[in-house]
Amino acid sequence: MMPPQGGPGTVVVAMSGGVDSAVAAALLVRQGIPVVGITLRIWPSVRAADPAQRFDSCCSPRAVEDARDVAEMLGIPYYVLNYEAEFDREVIRYFADAYLAGETPNPCVPCNSRLKFGSLFTRARGWGATRVATGHYAHVEYHPATGRYRLRRAADPRKDQSYFLYDLTQDQLAAALFPVGHLSKEETRRLAGEMGMAVAGKPDSQEICFVPGDYRTYLRERVGAAIHPGTIRDTAGTIRGQHQGLAFFTVGQRRGLGIANRSPLYVVDLDPARNEVIVGEDGDLWTHELEVDRVNLIAAERLDGSQRVLAKLRYAQAAAPATATALAGGRLRLSFDEPQRAVAPGQAAVFYDASEPDLVVGGGTICRRERTPIPPGGSECRARNTNGIDPEET
Amino acid sequence: MKVYLDHNATTPLDPEVLTAMMPYLAERFGNPNSLHTWGRESRQAMDRARATVARALGATDRDSIVFTSGGTESDNLALLGVAAARAGDGRHVVVSAVEHHAVLNAASHLSRQGFEATLLRVDSQGLLEPDEVRRAIRRDTILVSLMHSNNETGVLFPIASVGRICQERGVTFHTDAVQSFGKIPLDVETLHVDLLSVSGHKLHGPKGIGALFIRRGTRMQPLLFGGTQERSRRAGTEHVAAAVGLARATELSLQDQEGAASRMAALRDRLEDGLMAALPGVLRNGHPTERLPHTTNLAFAGVEAESLILALDLAGVGVSSGAACSSGSLEPSHVLSAMGLARERVMGSVRFSLGRTTTGEEIERVVEVLPEIVERMRRVSAARMPAAGVPA
Repeated sequence: MMPPQGGPGTVVVAMSGGVDSAVAAALLVRQGIPVVGITLRIWPSVRAADPAQRFDSCCSPRAVEDARDVAEMLGIPYYVLNYEAEFDREVIRYFADAYLAGETPNPCVPCNSRLKFGSLFTRARGWGATRVATGHYAHVEYHPATGRYRLRRAADPRKDQSYFLYDLTQDQLAAALFPVGHLSKEETRRLAGEMGMAVAGKPDSQEICFVPGDYRTYLRERVGAAIHPGTIRDTAGTIRGQHQGLAFFTVGQRRGLGIANRSPLYVVDLDPARNEVIVGEDGDLWTHELEVDRVNLIAAERLDGSQRVLAKLRYAQAAAPATATALAGGRLRLSFDEPQRAVAPGQAAVFYDASEPDLVVGGGTICRRERTPIPPGGSECRARNTNGIDPEET
Repeated sequence: MKVYLDHNATTPLDPEVLTAMMPYLAERFGNPNSLHTWGRESRQAMDRARATVARALGATDRDSIVFTSGGTESDNLALLGVAAARAGDGRHVVVSAVEHHAVLNAASHLSRQGFEATLLRVDSQGLLEPDEVRRAIRRDTILVSLMHSNNETGVLFPIASVGRICQERGVTFHTDAVQSFGKIPLDVETLHVDLLSVSGHKLHGPKGIGALFIRRGTRMQPLLFGGTQERSRRAGTEHVAAAVGLARATELSLQDQEGAASRMAALRDRLEDGLMAALPGVLRNGHPTERLPHTTNLAFAGVEAESLILALDLAGVGVSSGAACSSGSLEPSHVLSAMGLARERVMGSVRFSLGRTTTGEEIERVVEVLPEIVERMRRVSAARMPAAGVPA
């Protein structure tokens, strides 16, 4: 019998091996939609020294077995694609480069915009499919008044993943389906259980699926040669010690400094130009204002002047009221009503509409702020290492 | 309409083979090693099967055939068995870079056991010069293993010439003839081989059965120890039904081998011509004439093979590329890479392997659907990546 999949209307489901994408696929099948299941194989085919460590993470060999079992149960075609090189190029290199530049990366963001809704979407269209679904907790809707596809938070605020999806373009959002976006995690698990899926009780995946343990060990193995010891200074400019590499620090970090001080010391800045870690006291970590570059706007095509927003500076943080002001060069300034603590350059700043708090206005990457007074009109974000990625590509 | 063009991966069981096997899966269950009537019945079936396979290879001695679990075991038995028996003569083996993984990984296992393995290069058409072998043979060379035909490109190696060289130099010579057996004539005498591997399921026989021809006098050690089955060269109770199946498949493949080969070659040429006429940017990988009649390997510029294979599957066409890794995703072909082809070409190459049951209608179907799919894939990837070498 000829499979109905492959024609227009076909949905490609990115199956990680977890319960969310499994139920996403099942819900689409239930609606009678032709579905093709795909797992992106991102780990090296020749196993590394310690295969056991990586074997159970998202998109690992074990995950492939789980996803394949689900696909078999649903009776859908299922394929594993070799994404080793692409994942390395688009996600791992970005991850390592960001740390080397003293930033704190968010690998899930490019994994969504460049892989799942990037090249996988391109491939899907090559197969004749029109849409890509994932197990993310978020909503997409078409808004006739603005003519834009809009992204909304998931029904379950604890599982909302709109933060990781802010970088999707209009074309990508138009093709995106999040079938579990209206469910709570418990409902997803219950549905999986009812359908007899073995993955119903599978634990949630880790945030950095490709890093088996401590990210520092991972960086040492991967880009160890590019990590150099340097000086630790305090905010007054006094040398306070030595560090083993900028990549091992994140703004707000307290541990691993090895400096005695009357009050606790924190990393308040990472200076890649001088390879210096700047430490300070808690009071030095607070800021009212920050700049965001590589901005992607979703709810509107552009931001005219200023807009009141609720902005989130890391995934596990409540959104805080702020004013977003468009700057030249596609940048944007966020001025918060209350100061924000330990803002880490490289992390995503995602802002939601102040009057409709579940509506994603847009997002971008938090810029490093020079520790010198900001000149009028805002500082220039320093040139970022873009890993050769052309922003036009997606 | 479904079209299966992956016969180098495996073939459907011929109904006549199944018929021949059935009694040995049911009432004729005896152990061929038993003295009684039941055992004798099975023993006779094994002997007949052995004689059939031996004859098909031009071997005069029935006992030169050892039944194995398949091509992989035959290759492993050949390499590891000879290496173990002849380690005292030397510790150097020669294989080509385009061998099946059963040979390559057996050789790399040997290289971790104190042996040295030389990998012979091939040219851009996948051909190998016999002189390369002559140059590679050293005083401590004990074994040369070269495939009769390549599973990915169908390209034939000059086995007879290499066989003579090995004979002169006193080197044991093995050929993996898994893809050739049943498709083109094979004769162990004119090929001058000491060892030759075949597999059942590549010629419409059952899976789980293969054979290794071992020339009388070849020094070998077994891989499996136990009873004295297969003249102590492969212990374990024989899979009688499968051996009978392999023999029947062998007979059937010989019935009209020439006719089937020329029919498949004509259909393959029609496939190549049709695709090349319908699409720009299609290149054939491998020598155009020095190859098996039923295999073609084509590179589609601007397209990823993995994606194309998936799209073809959704359209009901089964083809393949490279080697599947344990997860089911694809690895770049080591064969095409060893031919020195550019990475993009390797990543865009697909193997089509026909069977004797392949019809002209099926080929026309592929010529019809594939260009549409490739054009669509090129269109969407060109929109995304303007720099992606898509032919105008």
